[in-house]
Amino acid sequence: MAELTYRDAVARGIAQEMERDDDVVFLGEDVAGAGGVFKATVGLLEKFGPIRVRDTPISEQAIMGAAMGAAMTGLRPIAEIMFSDFFAVCFDYIANEFPKSRYMSNGQLKCPLVVRTGNGAGSRFGAQHSQSVENWCMMIPGLKVVAPSNPRDVIGLMAAAVRDPDPVIFFEHKSLYATKGEVPDGEIVDTLGTAAVARPGNDATILALALMVPRALAAAEKLKVEHGIDCEVVDVRSLVPLDTQTILGSVARTHRLFTVEENPRLCGWGAEIVSIVADEAFYDLDGPPVRITTPHIPLPAADILEDIALPSVDRIVDRVKRSMNS
Amino acid sequence: MATVESRALKSVPAGINDDIGEETRLKLYRSQVLLREAEQRAFDLFLQNLVKGTSHLSLGQEAVAAGFATAMQPGDLSFCTYRGHAHTLARGVPVEKVLGELMQRDNGLMRGKGGSMHLTSSEHGVMGSYAIIGAHLPIACGAAWRAQYKGAKDVSVCFFGDGTTNIGAFHEALNFAAVWKLPVIFVCENNLYMEYTPISSVTAVAQPAADRAAAYGLERILIDGNDADIVYRTAQAAFAKARAGGGPSLIECLTYRHSGHSRADPAKYRPDGELEKWKERDPVKIYRERLKQFGVDDQAIVAIESDVRKIVDDATEACKAAPMPSLDILTTDVYADGGFAWRN
Ligand SMILES: Cc1ncc(C[n+]2csc(CCOP(=O)(O)OP(=O)(O)O)c2C)c(N)n1
Ligand SMILES: [Mg+2]
Repeated sequence: MAELTYRDAVARGIAQEMERDDDVVFLGEDVAGAGGVFKATVGLLEKFGPIRVRDTPISEQAIMGAAMGAAMTGLRPIAEIMFSDFFAVCFDYIANEFPKSRYMSNGQLKCPLVVRTGNGAGSRFGAQHSQSVENWCMMIPGLKVVAPSNPRDVIGLMAAAVRDPDPVIFFEHKSLYATKGEVPDGEIVDTLGTAAVARPGNDATILALALMVPRALAAAEKLKVEHGIDCEVVDVRSLVPLDTQTILGSVARTHRLFTVEENPRLCGWGAEIVSIVADEAFYDLDGPPVRITTPHIPLPAADILEDIALPSVDRIVDRVKRSMNS
Repeated sequence: MATVESRALKSVPAGINDDIGEETRLKLYRSQVLLREAEQRAFDLFLQNLVKGTSHLSLGQEAVAAGFATAMQPGDLSFCTYRGHAHTLARGVPVEKVLGELMQRDNGLMRGKGGSMHLTSSEHGVMGSYAIIGAHLPIACGAAWRAQYKGAKDVSVCFFGDGTTNIGAFHEALNFAAVWKLPVIFVCENNLYMEYTPISSVTAVAQPAADRAAAYGLERILIDGNDADIVYRTAQAAFAKARAGGGPSLIECLTYRHSGHSRADPAKYRPDGELEKWKERDPVKIYRERLKQFGVDDQAIVAIESDVRKIVDDATEACKAAPMPSLDILTTDVYADGGFAWRN
């Protein structure tokens, strides 16, 4: 066991896979010499050399396309898109190319790659460098989508993503890079499509992803101590595949459902999950499911504005309490 | 605006390609005749309402596909566009498989799951046909990067149109390939038009690909794309350079499509007489003459033509008799486990 930052876990996760398999290569803007704009890939160039760890021009389409061409012919590329907001300039690969080549070719082509990206708010970067865009990817058949909330999961899910035969979009949360967590020694390999119960509880289920997980946990603690409401917090971790069994199992026990989503409200991942629960577990519910989200706005830069836009610990506490008491 | 005259280059100076040899010349001819016959058949089948969806023919552009495919080694990779029937056939994919896909039958290359714009045959090195303009240039770079990384000798070839030179992915890929010195060949088939708009009316330079080469430190290569000998020779040189670690090439081939952009296009936007002028420079006709010029006897030429016709006829019959795809493939091969499950 060692304490590691989420940032260092990224580099350790990539290194673990590059050590295991020579076919794993890594490319992106400023990732090699500079170690990444978030310093999440420091040391990889020194460890694996410039043939396997490569700086690219500012060409997001070239990065994505090159990763795809390499993947379909036998490599296991990891591509970095610096900010997830930049998916918009290379969305063709995310929407049309990676996820459809296998289907269109009737199984002849494969696309085993990982795109990792800095996602989410909290850095006061404004509307074009702060978005949570998991839902841009979640809606596309053929992709897999994960978003770890802690250093251990970064390493384990990175390994699972690199070893997975399908294209995986790997969302790292920018505001989690500096956070720390206990990480076991040795190889860590997790499983895609598994949620984790981050805190067991009996009165309500709170689903959260990435940065919203620590906030949901803090809220659950407050709800317990200050209001006697015992919440179960489920870290969704993987949006595709989605671990509906863990979610439905939790709701069956607690009879209440809350989602905490960083994305703007429309078509957030919680909407899909609420619809599944309504469909399949309606009679387990003791009250309406509640989605706690960022409003339907572009994100502002000013800290006091950004802070009230995202679901906060207090907002979660407030909303859960209001619902449970009504 | 460029005229036909200024675009159509003079034919080969005598002597320059004399040493191509009869065996290769017969291959080049056979390939062009096959592409011509198969594309014409695709059009006939469309008129009979047997080709569904869309289709984009390469009639008139056969020399590019034949010249490059003939210069390729097994293992070299082709990346095509929606106008990809010819490039797919030229790699040796059976006519039946291509026509079957156009007819969306179970015997098609992808059993009807891809359709005419996405012809793929990985066993022949056809690594997909891409219908989003420019998307496959970076993808070809990636395949070439893998070859470079693995020390493999295969080369990736990416075919696209003149219109594609104005999209960002073209420029990103060219720069990327040049900086990484990738074994990739970018082949622009300049047929003078995007869908319906003349390329000259929307492009800052006269030669949409060749005039951009300098921006990426590449040689300016502009060739007569209707002369299979010239295409073949140019391709050979580019393959040799790529295999020797010399990096990418960008080759602009001047050509012309005899048909409309896609199935329904009568091509009314073309000036009077343009098509007729280009038909005088029909690559198949040019090459038939070339064979005679080099002493190939009529019998050998006719034998190729009738053999090809039989292949296309047989393929047509097989496709007409083939069943529609079975419905259970609707949800297969979304993910690598063979299915489409997104939840447990
Ligand atoms: C990104 C994108 N924009 C537009 C289109 C629509 N479109 C399909 S073919 C075509 C013309 C392409 O022209 P060119 O590159 O010259 O190829 P050609 O069809 O002449 O072979 C256009 C605009 C598309 N498929 N993708
Ligand atoms: Mg064109």
